[in-house]
Amino acid sequence: MAMIMNQDQKDLVALAKEFMEKEVKPHIYELDEKGEFPLELYKKGFQLGFHCMDMEEKYGGVGLDYNTIAFVVEELAKVDAGFAISLTLNGLPFACVSQFGTEEQKKYVSEKIVPGGFITFALTEADAGSNAGAVRCTCTRDGDDYIINGPKTFITNGEYGDIHIVFATINPEAGVRGICAFIVEKDRKGIQIGKKENKMGLRLSNTCDMFFDNVRVPASNLLGKEGMGFKIAMSALDIGRVFNAAMAIGIAQGALDDCIEYSKQRKPFGAPIATHQAVQFMLADMAIQIEAARALTHNTAYLAQAGEKYTKEAAISKTFASDMAMHVTTDAVQVFGGYGYSKEYPVEKRMRDAKIFQIFEGTNQIQRMIISGALLR
Amino acid sequence: MDKSLYKNIWVYVELTEGKADKVSLELLGEARKIADASGEKLVAVLISDAAEKAAEEISCANVDDIIIVSGEEYKHYSTDAYTFAFTQLCKKYKPSVLFMGATDNGKDMAPRLSARLDTGSIADTTELYYNPETKDIEWTKPAFGGNLMATIVCDKSRPQIGTIRQGVFKAALPVKKENINIIKENINTPAEMIRTIFKNYTANESTADIKIEDAEVIVAIGRGVKNQEQIAIFKELADMLGGTIAVTRPIVDCGWYSVKCQVGQSGKIVSPRLYIACGISGAVQHTAGMTSSDVIIAINSDKTAPIFGFADYAVVGDMFEVVPALIEEIKSLKGI
Amino acid sequence: MEILVCVKQVPDTEEIKVDPVTGSLIREGVPSILNPLDACALEAAVRFKEAHGGAVTVISMGPPQAEQALRQCISVGADDAVLITDRAFKDSDTLATSYALSLTSKQLGCFDVIFCGKHTIDGETGQVGPQIAEHLNYNQITGVMDVKFDGEYLLASREMEEGKETVQAALPCVITVTKTNYTPRYPSIKSKMAANKKEIKILSASQIEGLEMDRIGMSGSRTTVVKSFVPAVGEAGMIICEETAEQSGKKLAALLVDAKVI
Repeated sequence: MAMIMNQDQKDLVALAKEFMEKEVKPHIYELDEKGEFPLELYKKGFQLGFHCMDMEEKYGGVGLDYNTIAFVVEELAKVDAGFAISLTLNGLPFACVSQFGTEEQKKYVSEKIVPGGFITFALTEADAGSNAGAVRCTCTRDGDDYIINGPKTFITNGEYGDIHIVFATINPEAGVRGICAFIVEKDRKGIQIGKKENKMGLRLSNTCDMFFDNVRVPASNLLGKEGMGFKIAMSALDIGRVFNAAMAIGIAQGALDDCIEYSKQRKPFGAPIATHQAVQFMLADMAIQIEAARALTHNTAYLAQAGEKYTKEAAISKTFASDMAMHVTTDAVQVFGGYGYSKEYPVEKRMRDAKIFQIFEGTNQIQRMIISGALLR
Repeated sequence: MDKSLYKNIWVYVELTEGKADKVSLELLGEARKIADASGEKLVAVLISDAAEKAAEEISCANVDDIIIVSGEEYKHYSTDAYTFAFTQLCKKYKPSVLFMGATDNGKDMAPRLSARLDTGSIADTTELYYNPETKDIEWTKPAFGGNLMATIVCDKSRPQIGTIRQGVFKAALPVKKENINIIKENINTPAEMIRTIFKNYTANESTADIKIEDAEVIVAIGRGVKNQEQIAIFKELADMLGGTIAVTRPIVDCGWYSVKCQVGQSGKIVSPRLYIACGISGAVQHTAGMTSSDVIIAINSDKTAPIFGFADYAVVGDMFEVVPALIEEIKSLKGI
Repeated sequence: MEILVCVKQVPDTEEIKVDPVTGSLIREGVPSILNPLDACALEAAVRFKEAHGGAVTVISMGPPQAEQALRQCISVGADDAVLITDRAFKDSDTLATSYALSLTSKQLGCFDVIFCGKHTIDGETGQVGPQIAEHLNYNQITGVMDVKFDGEYLLASREMEEGKETVQAALPCVITVTKTNYTPRYPSIKSKMAANKKEIKILSASQIEGLEMDRIGMSGSRTTVVKSFVPAVGEAGMIICEETAEQSGKKLAALLVDAKVI
């Protein structure tokens, strides 16, 4: 790849590669087929610290910069994007805590998570997907507590979350200004885990419905102030998009690597298909798009790291990288021909995995609204 | 050092339950040739509590002399006692060469002894050549995972010590020479000198169920096998070579073998010493799991099969005819 | 417990390819790795430390780049690392290598246990461990698949050709380790980065106390490599296509037996 990396970055990418190739790759076919959540493998990943890469060192996390994390998640996703998502998802909900939480809250959450655990980001609802302002899950103040009520859907790692960051409205009339964000521990009474999604891709990841039935949390679990929830969610989503872009790049790079290997070996007319210009150009186009997406995404990570505003750039990166990954993986299936369509080869899975990146954490249509909104402001 | 002071070819005959190990007999066979070439004596050295009994067997292995060291302290191998005994023997008799089998204990003792005698030791060799001009043994051994062979000499010191792998040479002819000297050496290793004490030994359970990742030899079958009865001939080949059967995806899908035996992208990655692919076309999905095997043999009737691109030996022909002929011929060549 | 582990950086033999034209090994671009069984030896040492206390020092003889292998050791539990590096060590055989390592060991401290990998994947000799033991007059156990310490003696299982032998051994002792039970652990992201910051002690030949120069390098070696060559087997595939499949099978058998493949 055409990126300059420091020694730490090279070593961590190598570590991610070794871990994924040795521990995860041998099981992917089976896990993908069954749609199982390999909890034991995630626990192994916790031991290496992949689940708290962005948590500050003073809270026990690894404290990596955004660019390094982007390199690492790309490498993880190169082997399996679903595993990469579930293993590193904590970064998104923890960003809510690290940016808006009190010192006690940061300590509290990290102490629970650093030894090994999942945090979920419970924002999406059936009628509040891309339009986060339409949240119908409610919270009401009751003395020193808040009581949360309502359903959530498509919650990644929901079934296994040790802590949930839950978004609920204190005043449905107030739209986005009514949303509050809470730290909700998994053992709070009234948390129900609903149906598990049977997804097209990311099948090593867990996605499920949740229901909060009069779940009582102390007021000290409120992040920021009442009504700040939307701002909290959006700022966390910004950095989440950078990492999503990096993972989409990983999927595409993995597909390109598969194609290079395959096209050198496959000889339907006596010569390897790699000797055909039609295939060569497809490979070149994949590489062009991948490198462009990577440069774009790392630039956004630099902006974020430097403390610059990067909402638009995060949206651009996520959109470009995910559209690119869809395109590249579709072409990869084409390069493999009939075998590409077979589950015996890895490229069809990459194509299934890539699709969600155009959809989740804000569809690419919403991203374009964010981008054009920023342009026309 | 004056190398000419050192004479004779020694073979350390390792005993298991009183019987000479196969590798020791093989070494006696090869060492005989070297001794004849160099005009020296072939001496078998026995160190064991059962040495005297075993000398009978060894006297029929075309040797000139036998040196025996016996005693209770040699009942089980220990680095200290055996190295001590050999050191005494080497100092007294000054052999030119000391061959040992590349067994676990042979490889434990040879380097230790060489360091004590300040001489060279060459490990795990597979070829020996006596150079009549230099009077050195030229030892050849594999290195770099078998990618390279190195020829090594111990040209500055004596004795020349080395371990040799089993199965490289033919066993000694059953010849009993006349006037064999059987020399009993009385060497006692004081108990306090022996720092490692043997406790117990457990033999491995039947090796019938070899994991394919651990197998030295793999016979792999794929789509070419149409029914379960056809597998028998490949099983026979695998058994004969001390290996195991591995399969490709379609065979697993048929339910004939478990996924544990599957080689390839969705199965196991294997790197045996010998991989025999029978009727496997060589799709990437499969080859991803086997290309690092040391030697690859592919048998396929389709001469354009991609598997041949990976093969060291590409046999074009119907595997159901090739394999039985292969088995018969190996049996007759190896005298099995 | 003071524990020493001897490691070597080796070319990844799985990545080594043979030049189809010249028949020689292509070493360029072949990654250097920590010898796999040395990684197992380190794992055994770190578990030994975790069970009985003490510290683990790793030592390696090699070119300056071998520092990378030592950093890897630090990232998975070694406390200190020492690299002995000098042109004077060039062409050392196992005896000369073990001499230099044993002197360095003496200089670094009084180690109770020294762990080594059973053999390296480049030279494949397995001799350095026992030879270090001899130079230091230590006890030795080779091919160890499991080792425990009862407070006075080591209790070790040796992996044998067709079984397992248990021995009781006195300290100080050199142990050479096989993989069986000692799958190396992964570093964590944190330990990996910390290892990159760790200082590695570097010693030249003249900094090793009492080292006699004529006992290292080529002059100190008792064995000499006179030639090396690529084995016939493994060259570009040989096509066997006789008149009948039966003849092909027979020819294959003859070739395999000749080449000592079987």
